[in-house]
Amino acid sequence: MDQFTTWDIVRNLLLATRWTILLSVIAFAGGGIAGFAIMLLRISDLKVLRVASIAYIDVLQGTPLLMQLFLCFFGISLLGLEVSPLIAASIALTAYTSAYLAEIWRGCVEAIPKGQREAAESLGFRFIDTLRYVILPQAVRIAVAPTVGFSVQVVKGTALASIIGFVELTKAGTIITNATYKPFLVYGFVAIIYFALCYPLSAWSRSFERSLRAAH
Amino acid sequence: MPLIELSGVHKRFGQHEVLRGIDLGVESGEVIAIIGRSGSGKSTLLRCINALETYDAGSIRVEGRLVDRSSRDVRAVRQTVGMVFQSFNLFPHLSAGGNVMLAPRIVQGAARADAERIARERLAEVGLGEKFENFPSQLSGGQQQRVAIARALATSPKALLCDEITSALDPELVGEVLRVVESLAAAGMTMILVTHEMSFARKVCDRLIFMHQGKIHEFGRPEDLFDSPQTPELKQFLRAVD
Repeated sequence: MDQFTTWDIVRNLLLATRWTILLSVIAFAGGGIAGFAIMLLRISDLKVLRVASIAYIDVLQGTPLLMQLFLCFFGISLLGLEVSPLIAASIALTAYTSAYLAEIWRGCVEAIPKGQREAAESLGFRFIDTLRYVILPQAVRIAVAPTVGFSVQVVKGTALASIIGFVELTKAGTIITNATYKPFLVYGFVAIIYFALCYPLSAWSRSFERSLRAAH
Repeated sequence: MPLIELSGVHKRFGQHEVLRGIDLGVESGEVIAIIGRSGSGKSTLLRCINALETYDAGSIRVEGRLVDRSSRDVRAVRQTVGMVFQSFNLFPHLSAGGNVMLAPRIVQGAARADAERIARERLAEVGLGEKFENFPSQLSGGQQQRVAIARALATSPKALLCDEITSALDPELVGEVLRVVESLAAAGMTMILVTHEMSFARKVCDRLIFMHQGKIHEFGRPEDLFDSPQTPELKQFLRAVD
C-alpha cells in the first residue's frame, strides 16, 4: 500500500477545498438573490405575501440544515428526478441562506427611520422607488457587516453537504482519514483550511462594523 | 372649487377617535394656520391630506381628486400638495442638491440637467444657493429644514403642508425658517401650517383654526380668534401658550 506524505494529504484537501468554495459561492449568490426577493415580500404591504414569506423563513430557520439537505437530496429523487449531490446541496444551502439573509436585511431596512419612507412617499414616490433611492442606499451600509458575518456560517454549513456524498473539504478529510488512519492530522488540516477561509471574512465584517461606527 | 376640500373626515386609532368630523375648504392662495393642544388631531389632519394616513369616514379632495391611500391617484395628489415635517426627514445619503433633485428626476422623469437647474433655483429661493453640495449632517437644523422646504417645492406643488416645522429647532434658528414660509405666503403659495408659533400664525395666516378633541373648535380671522376667543377652551389654550 502507498504511503501518504503530509503533502499528499494537504494537496488533496486543498483540491477538495475548491468544491467547498464553489458551494459557498453558489449558496451565497443564490441565497442573496432569493433572500432579497423574500425580504421584499416580508416588508410588503400585502398581508398574504408577508405571511407566506414568514412561513418560508420560519420553516427554514426552524429545521436543521442537515434535514434540509436530506429532504432535497432524497426528496427530489423521489420525484423521479436524478439530482447530483452538488445540485441538491446547492438548492438546500441556497434556501437556507436566503431565509437568514432575508431576516438580516429586513432588520436593516426596518432600522431606517420611518420618516425617510414618509418623506419619499409625500413627494409622490412609488414604493419601489422609495426602496431603491431612499431606503436601500441607507440600509446597505448597515447590512454589510452582518451579511459578511453570516457568510461565515454559509462556508461552515457546506460541511454538511458531505453527508449526502458531496466531496468537499470535510468529505475529502473523511476519505483521506480512512486511507491514512491519521484522523487528528487530517482533521487538523481540515480545520485549519476552514479557518483560513472564514477568518478573513470575520475580520472583514468587523472592520466594516468599525468603519460604520466611525462614520457616525 | 376649493383646492383642498375636507368633508366629514373621521379618523380613529384603535379606541381613540382622533378626528371627529372635519369640514374645511382651502382656496388657492390661502394660508391657514392650525393651533391646538398636542393630541388634538392637528398633525393627523395634515397627514390625511397627504395620504400618509388613511381616514375612516368622510372625504378629502385635492383639486377634486379623492385622496385615497390605495388609489393610483395618490401620487398625483402628493405632487399637488407637498409636505414639510417636524423632523426634516432629509435623505442623509444625498447632498442638499441631491435631496431636492430626487423627486423631479424620479417622480417627474426630469433629465439630470433640468433637475439640477430646478434644485439650484429652489435652494436659492430658501437662501441656500451655495449649499448645493453639502450633506444634511453638515448643515444646521434651520438650514436642513430650509432644504426640506426646497425639496417639497421641487415638484412645483400647488399647496404646502407644514407640520410643526420649527418645533425641533433651537430658538435662534426658528426665524430663518419662518422667514422662508412668510416669503412663500407673500408669493401666493397655498399653505396649511400646524404651528406653535402664535405670533407668526397671527402675522402670516389668512384664517386660523383652533382644534380641540378632534374637531374644529373655532375658526376665523386670526385677529378675531386671538383678541376675542369665543370658547373657554380657546381662552384657556391662549392663556397657556402666552
